Amino acid sequence: MHALLTLFVGWLFAMGLGISGMTDVSKVIGFLNIRGEWDPSLMGVMGGAIIVYSIAYRLIHRKRVEPIIEQKFRIPTRTDIDFRLVAGAAMFGIGWGTAGICPGPGITSMATGAQTSIAFVAAMILGMFAHQVLNARGQAAKAEPAKA
Amino acid sequence: MNDLMTSLGLALAGGALIGLASALLMLLRGRIAGISGIAGGAMSPDTDDKGWRGMFLLGLLAGGGTLLLAMPQQIQAPDQPIWMVLAAGLFVGFGVRLGNGCTSGHGVCGISRFSVRSLVATATFVGVGMITASLIHG
Repeated sequence: MHALLTLFVGWLFAMGLGISGMTDVSKVIGFLNIRGEWDPSLMGVMGGAIIVYSIAYRLIHRKRVEPIIEQKFRIPTRTDIDFRLVAGAAMFGIGWGTAGICPGPGITSMATGAQTSIAFVAAMILGMFAHQVLNARGQAAKAEPAKA
Repeated sequence: MNDLMTSLGLALAGGALIGLASALLMLLRGRIAGISGIAGGAMSPDTDDKGWRGMFLLGLLAGGGTLLLAMPQQIQAPDQPIWMVLAAGLFVGFGVRLGNGCTSGHGVCGISRFSVRSLVATATFVGVGMITASLIHG
């Protein structure tokens, strides 16, 4: 039952992406390409999502001390703005501006079976994996500085 | 003009659904609906909660299938050369993990929590995304 609820939430999320235009690559590029005939309408996606979520988020945390299925809320606590944050976001921006796909629409669009959609997600997973390996190495090196 | 209003209406409505789904994930599981974090955690050896992550991602795919049947014009794959799509995917995958989030986690959830960290990340990827798209597709 819990698994089905989570499946439904993912489904609803994807429906939102599709209806909003985020899974239409030409639309996303029309929004990001400000030199062409700029289509600002996708600003509405973040607008609509933030209006609903910012209200719902506060209501949920006012009414409840724990979520329904799990034991506790897990909210990010970091507030530092470091090089990794900005460099990572910039890398993401380069990829997003090139292909017009971000992670959610990428996974959703795999349903089309299109070669480019599958290729994007495969490369994205590889990129995530590469980060994981480099990150683990960096942390191992930090833990054992004497060897270096 | 009419076209723009229709697009804006769809964007707002779809965005509201994204916000609702994200709120449900918080209410049910206490988690931030960040797709890159959910996907990254699903393949990381350090997480022991792959079950719900897998279900959520499966839900995204099911949504893609529904969209394909109900409104196929809304779901269009890239038509760039394959090497470009592959390079973009690598950048996106590495970047979202390094920067701890993407459009959903930073752009929607983070900004809604008034996180300055997320605001900086969002301004960066939208800004760099615009510069990149304008150079490549302009």
